Amino acid sequence: MPRMNMIQALNSAMDIAMQRDEGVIILGQDVGYFGGVFRCTDGLQKKYGEQRVIDTPIAEGGIIAAAIGMSVNGLRPVAEIQFADYIYPAYDQIVSELARLRYRSAGEFSAPITVRVPSGGGIRGGQTHSQSPEALFAHVCGVKVVMPSNPYDAKGLLTAAIEDDDPVIFFEPKRLYNGPFDADPDKPAVAWTAHSKGEVPAGHYTVPMGKAEIVRAGSAVTIITYGTLVHVVQAVVESTGIDAEIIDVRSIVPLDVETLATSVCKTGRCIVAHEATEFAGFGAELVATVQRECFWQLEAPIERVAGWDTPYPHAFEWEYFPGRKRIAAALEQVMAGT
Amino acid sequence: MNANLSLHVPQPPARPGEPADFSYLKLAPAGAAPRPLPTASIGETIDLAVSLIRVIDDEGQALGAWDPHLETVQLHKALRYMLVTRAMDDRVRRAQRGGQVSFYMQSMGEEAVSVAAAMALRPGDMLFPTYRNQGLHIARDRNPIDLMCQCLSNSHDMCKGRQMPVMYHWREGNIFSISGNLATQLPQAVGWAMASAIKREPHIACAWTGEGSTAEADFHHALTFASVYRAPVILNVVNNQWAISTFQGVAGGEHQTFAARGPGFGIPGLRVDGNDVLAVYAVTQWAAERARGGGGPTLIELVTYRAGPHSTSDDPSRYRPKDEWRAFPLGDPIVRLKNHLIWSGAWSAERHEALVKEIDNQIAETWKLAVSYGTLPESPLDPLTMFDDVFKERTPHLERQREQFMKLKG
Ligand SMILES: Cc1ncc(C[n+]2csc(CCOP(=O)(O)OP(=O)(O)O)c2C)c(N)n1
Repeated sequence: MPRMNMIQALNSAMDIAMQRDEGVIILGQDVGYFGGVFRCTDGLQKKYGEQRVIDTPIAEGGIIAAAIGMSVNGLRPVAEIQFADYIYPAYDQIVSELARLRYRSAGEFSAPITVRVPSGGGIRGGQTHSQSPEALFAHVCGVKVVMPSNPYDAKGLLTAAIEDDDPVIFFEPKRLYNGPFDADPDKPAVAWTAHSKGEVPAGHYTVPMGKAEIVRAGSAVTIITYGTLVHVVQAVVESTGIDAEIIDVRSIVPLDVETLATSVCKTGRCIVAHEATEFAGFGAELVATVQRECFWQLEAPIERVAGWDTPYPHAFEWEYFPGRKRIAAALEQVMAGT
Repeated sequence: MNANLSLHVPQPPARPGEPADFSYLKLAPAGAAPRPLPTASIGETIDLAVSLIRVIDDEGQALGAWDPHLETVQLHKALRYMLVTRAMDDRVRRAQRGGQVSFYMQSMGEEAVSVAAAMALRPGDMLFPTYRNQGLHIARDRNPIDLMCQCLSNSHDMCKGRQMPVMYHWREGNIFSISGNLATQLPQAVGWAMASAIKREPHIACAWTGEGSTAEADFHHALTFASVYRAPVILNVVNNQWAISTFQGVAGGEHQTFAARGPGFGIPGLRVDGNDVLAVYAVTQWAAERARGGGGPTLIELVTYRAGPHSTSDDPSRYRPKDEWRAFPLGDPIVRLKNHLIWSGAWSAERHEALVKEIDNQIAETWKLAVSYGTLPESPLDPLTMFDDVFKERTPHLERQREQFMKLKG
C-alpha cells in the first residue's frame, strides 16, 4: 500500500473526487498555480485547469459565499481557508447562510460544500496561525465538523465530506501534516512513513463521519481526544504504563456518543483533552455527554486538559500547549480519585 | 451549451522560466501629472486615479507640479531611513535561518512607501500599518533595536513574547499594533479619524494595506465610513504586484487601478510611483492637507514591487520569474533617490558607499546588543506573564489556570 503524509493524503482525496465528479471544484487563496501554502492542492490545477482549481482574491467571506452560490447551482466546491485564524471574515456566511440554508428553505435549497481549514498550533505561528476554533462551529446548527489525526483518516474523511450532501467544516491539524507529533519539539521530526496510519490506499474509500475510533483499547480509564493531541496522549499512556483506552473523536458533529459511552461505562474514568482553549470548549460538550451517559458508572470526576484561556502566545508556545506533563497530571488525578 | 461563456481567471504575464513582462503596468512620464489644489473637487482629481504621479525621472531629475522641493537635509534623512530599514531587514531575515527568530517579513523594494509618508505626516498623526511598514517606525526615529528585540522575543520585546516577529506597536510613537488578520486596520483607522473630528483635534489617521487585501470586506467598510463621515484619514494601497503567489490581477487590478476604487465611493484616488520618495511625499502631503482642512479622506495607490519573498516561509521562484524585480520599470526606491541626489549635486557614489557601510556596521552593532537581551530559543521572558493582559485584571478561571501552571512547573 502506498505511504503518504497528510498533505499527500488530502491531495489524493481531492484528486479522486475531481476525477469521479466533474462538479467538484476547488477554490481558495494560493491554491491554484502555487498549490496552496501547505501544498495540499499541489498539481491539481495543472491536471484539472484554472476553472476547476481557482485562485481567489483574499476575501474569506467572498470565498464561502461564492462556494454557496456555486453549490446551489449544482457544483460541489471544496473551499480552502488558508488558516483557521482567518475564517472569521466568513463567519456570517457560514453561521447565517451555509448552516441554515436547508432549514430555512424547508429542504429545497442546500449547500453541499466542504471547507478545508488548517488549524492548531505547534508551528510557532503565534496568535494568528495557531487557533483551534472547532467549538465555534460545533455550536452552529447545520454544519458538520470533523478533524482527522492521521493520513488514512484525512483522505477517507475528506472524501466522505465532499460526497456528503451537507456542509462540512474540515479541520486539518497542521502540526500533523508531515508526521505524528508527541509534543516534544526538541525531538527530531517523525515522518508518517513509519506509522501504520501512513498507509493510505491509492484509490477511493471513505471513513464515515459520525464514527469515533478506539486507537488503543484499555480498561483503566478512557481518554477522549482528537487532532494533534491523539498522538500526545498515546505517548503519555505508553510512558506511564496505565491501561488507558484512547478514543479519537474524529467527528465532532455528528458525535459518536455510543463509542464514548460504551468505553467510559466500562472503564469508569474519563479524561477529555483538546488543544483548543478550555472555557466553553468542545470538551465541555464531551464531559456533559459522558456525564449523562455514564454517571452511575463513574468512579472519579472527569478531568479536562485543554489550552489555557489566553490567545496563543508566540514565545510560550510549549508552556501554552496542553502537552504531556498536563495530560500525565490529569491521568494521575483521575486514577487517584475514587 | 453557451459558447460565449467561460470563467475568466486572471493569469499573470509571466511565470518561472518566462521573461518578466510589465507591459500591463500603465506608466506616465515624471512631471506629467497636474496637481490640483488639496481642496479640489472629486471631478478635478479623477484623472489622477488612473494616471501615475511621478516626480523623479530615469535620469534622477525632479520634475513637475508634484515636486515637494524638499531641502537636502530631508532628502539625506530619507535616504538614511530607507537604508536603515533595508539593512535591518537583511539582518533579521538572516537570523531566521539560524533559528534566533522564528519568522520574518522584509520590505525590500518598497521602503519609500513608508519612509516618505511618515516624513510627510506630523508626529501626532496616527499610523495603522501592515506587517511590511517597518519604515514607519524607522522614519519616526525609533531605534531599530526595539524592532529587533520584538522579533527575538527577548526581555526588551514590546509584545512580551506574545506576537510573531514584525507585529510591532509603538504607543508613544503613535503607531498602532499590527494584526495578523489582513485589512482590519483600515476601518479602524477611519474610526480613529472620526474620533479626531468629533473631538476637533488637529490629528489625522493614515493606514496601509497590500493590494491583495483590498478584496477583504474591511477595505470596503473603510471606504464607506470614510466617505460618509468625510473622515480625516489617508488610506494607502501598496500595490507591490504580488500577494503571496497571486498577482495583482487576482485582487481585481486587471481592469481598473486600485486608486480608482476611491472615486466610486466619492473619495479622490491618487495613483503614484511608490518607488519615488518625492512623489510619495507629495501625495501624502496633499492628502494630509486635504484631511486636516476638513476635505475628508484620500485613497492612494502606491505602485511598487515586492522584491523579496512574501516571508521567510515563502519561495517565490515557484510562481514568478526570478529576475522580475530587475525588469520592474520603477526600479529600486533607494537607487532612485540616490540618483536624484547625485543629479542635484548633493551626493556622490563615494558618499553613498560610505553611508551604506556606516549603516551596516551600526545595524550589526545594534543586533549584537539586541541578541544580548536574549533570543527566541533562549527567551528570558517569564511564561507566567502569558496569563496577563487577556483582560485588564485576571478573571477567576485565568487565576485558576495560572496556579495550575505554577504547580506543574514546580
Ligand atoms: C484575513 C486573512 N486572510 C489570509 C491571510 C494570509 N495572508 C497573509 S499575507 C497574505 C497576502 C497579502 O497580500 P497583500 O495584501 O498584497 O500584501 P503584501 O504581502 O503583498 O504586502 C495572505 C493571503 C491573513 N493574514 N489574513
